[in-house]
Amino acid sequence: MNINLTIIGQLLAFSVFVWFTMRFVWPPLSDALETRRKKIADGLAAAERGQNEQRLAEERAKDLLKEAKVQANEILSAAQKRANDVVEESKTTAREEAERIKEAAQADIEQEMNRAREELRKKLATLVVSGAEQILAKEIDASAHGALLDGLAERL
Amino acid sequence: MASEGALPTMEEHIAHHLSNLTFGLHPENGLGFAMTSTEAGEMGFWAIHVDSMLWSIGLGILFVLSFRMAAKRASAGVPGGWQNFVEWIIDFIDENVRGSFRHKNAMVAPLALTIFVWVFLLNLMDLVPVDLIPHLAYLAGVPYMKIVPTTDVNVTIGLALGVFILILYYSLKIKGPVGFIKELSGIPFQTNILVLKPIFWVINFVLETINLIAKPVSLALRLFGNLYAAEMIFILIGVMYSAGLMLGLVGGVLHVGWAIFHILVIPLQAFIFMVLTVVYIDMAYSEDH
Repeated sequence: MNINLTIIGQLLAFSVFVWFTMRFVWPPLSDALETRRKKIADGLAAAERGQNEQRLAEERAKDLLKEAKVQANEILSAAQKRANDVVEESKTTAREEAERIKEAAQADIEQEMNRAREELRKKLATLVVSGAEQILAKEIDASAHGALLDGLAERL
Repeated sequence: MASEGALPTMEEHIAHHLSNLTFGLHPENGLGFAMTSTEAGEMGFWAIHVDSMLWSIGLGILFVLSFRMAAKRASAGVPGGWQNFVEWIIDFIDENVRGSFRHKNAMVAPLALTIFVWVFLLNLMDLVPVDLIPHLAYLAGVPYMKIVPTTDVNVTIGLALGVFILILYYSLKIKGPVGFIKELSGIPFQTNILVLKPIFWVINFVLETINLIAKPVSLALRLFGNLYAAEMIFILIGVMYSAGLMLGLVGGVLHVGWAIFHILVIPLQAFIFMVLTVVYIDMAYSEDH
């Protein structure tokens, strides 16, 4: 076992390798590991945040749904009420209309009846007069008894 | 190597396995590769183990380039296979460094990564069958080829020396020369008697200096010792293959068992080297210890 220059050679080679590792090998790898570690940590934090947000969103959605249901119910009942009102209103209007038509019709009928009666009365008077004329042609003067007969016809 | 033509004896075989390919200035033969281990010894300090250097630098380049590839493609997106593996190692190192290093320093983590992966790869060469590459090299005319760089004490001392320089650098940088000397002489012995104080300081300084030097020495020798012993056992098991069918079969079983055990030792030694380095630099940083 000889001690010789190999020691110095090894020392130099060692120094060069350490220098190279320190300059070109360690920093990029160490940086990459550090960056990845940070990236993973960020990713985990983001996932956590996302989960939180999802939970919140779900809660909000639930609230919104509940609110919407309440609103829908309100709208529905309002609509129902309105519909009832409309039906009620139209019923009333219809009834009133019917009443009015009936009344008009009755008035018409009355009028017509009056007219018919008038006519009838007139015709009857004429008929009675003519009958009476024929019966009484010989004995009664139309002009002398006309006023009496007219008064009779009036009472019909 | 043994005399030309004849098969080497067991001793020669083992010695061959434990010798590095040495290049240097031989006092008689001049500049060149040592053809025997005695020649390598005669070259003294100004020689270099070419095999250790080539394998370790080659594996180091494999490490930095393959990791650089992952670093270039690094993004915060979904990582691919190799990317994922590299990130797993980075995470593992980062966790360990955070666990034992309490200060801010951009160099410690890359240093730990380099030590862990590089030493791991150097140790991993131990699992390559001991005779395979040396024999191929021998066939190619290369006299020696030791492929596990961490079984070369020069390699582990070189690594530990780098760590030691960093320990000294950070000790001086954080505490200042005066603070560093104070720290070395302040413990473990303390006294209230004024006259005794300088004596205690000297004793403390000697003890703590030994303590300080023991750090890199233990780092280097622990790694070297573990791998050298393991390699030795692989070589001995390898010798059994040439000793008849029965011993060869036993050797095969032992080889598998030792290799499985070694799968544990390889990362463990790399890990220990890394953790101790981080701890030593942390100690250099802290004021109290």
